[in-house]
Amino acid sequence: MQWGSVSEFVAMGGYGLYVWTSFGVTAFGMLWEVFSLRRRHAAAREGARQSFQDR
Amino acid sequence: MMGFARINWFKYSSPQAFYPLAGRLIPWCAAAAMLLIGAGLYLGFFVAPTDFQQGQSYRIIFVHVPAAWMSMFLYVVMAIWAGLGLGLNARPSFMMAQAIAPTGALFTFLALVTGAMWGKPTWGAWWVWDARLTSELILLFLYGGVMLLRTSIDDSRRADRASAVFALVGVVNVPIIYFSVRWWNTLHQGASVSMTAAPKMAATMLMAMLVMTLGFWMYSLAVTLARMRCVILERERQASWDTPPSQQDALEVS
Repeated sequence: MQWGSVSEFVAMGGYGLYVWTSFGVTAFGMLWEVFSLRRRHAAAREGARQSFQDR
Repeated sequence: MMGFARINWFKYSSPQAFYPLAGRLIPWCAAAAMLLIGAGLYLGFFVAPTDFQQGQSYRIIFVHVPAAWMSMFLYVVMAIWAGLGLGLNARPSFMMAQAIAPTGALFTFLALVTGAMWGKPTWGAWWVWDARLTSELILLFLYGGVMLLRTSIDDSRRADRASAVFALVGVVNVPIIYFSVRWWNTLHQGASVSMTAAPKMAATMLMAMLVMTLGFWMYSLAVTLARMRCVILERERQASWDTPPSQQDALEVS
């Protein structure tokens, strides 16, 4: 454990901007994929149900 | 999950049977992904020591390396499904390839962005036209090509075949990425982890990287299965086998 305080942790030895941007972009990308798949699945299920009812 | 031994696996090669199976697997993969990524972050930020050369900026590798590994691994898996689809003329195989591509593209993009975040403080440049970086950028274009080719052809059978051929041709780029740091004199550092030599990093750093990679792997499984379910619903519109509305709460994508 190398962090004396929360601000030291956030600062990342002066590289905070680079480190947190990397982890932030990755988290955002993965969460965005999960949420867009939820939306796509809901739309696909609605579409499948409608084409089933049409027959 | 309990009745695994009694499952007739051939049954699950049809989309109708695969759909509910995938729905049951997704929560387990998602839970494993969250646990592993949580553990990997803890190891990466609180257990792994400071790098004596790079200071704290090296911690970017805990997302960069797993993302880059997954970007190559997913391409190979996608190409295998594409090849199986072409060889066996099997639509579910093409659908698997279709379900993998966007996740592979995402990880390629993340590997490039996090690499830039590491390159700026370490090399003084966001980007250099070095063999490793350039071949990884080509990988992003290949994923883009595979997906664009599919959406630009209306007939799904022709779209399947065209994008599968494209995916198979592009697979030559994967060994180029992997060996680029050996074949060319690159600014990108050589492999820190290899099959043949002892890793050139602290054991806790390596552990954090491997746990994160496993987490990304489980994540990829979960989202690929979820996308496979979307693809099945979208492509099998005459889906009389879809769950009745009463059971649909059980089918939430996680």
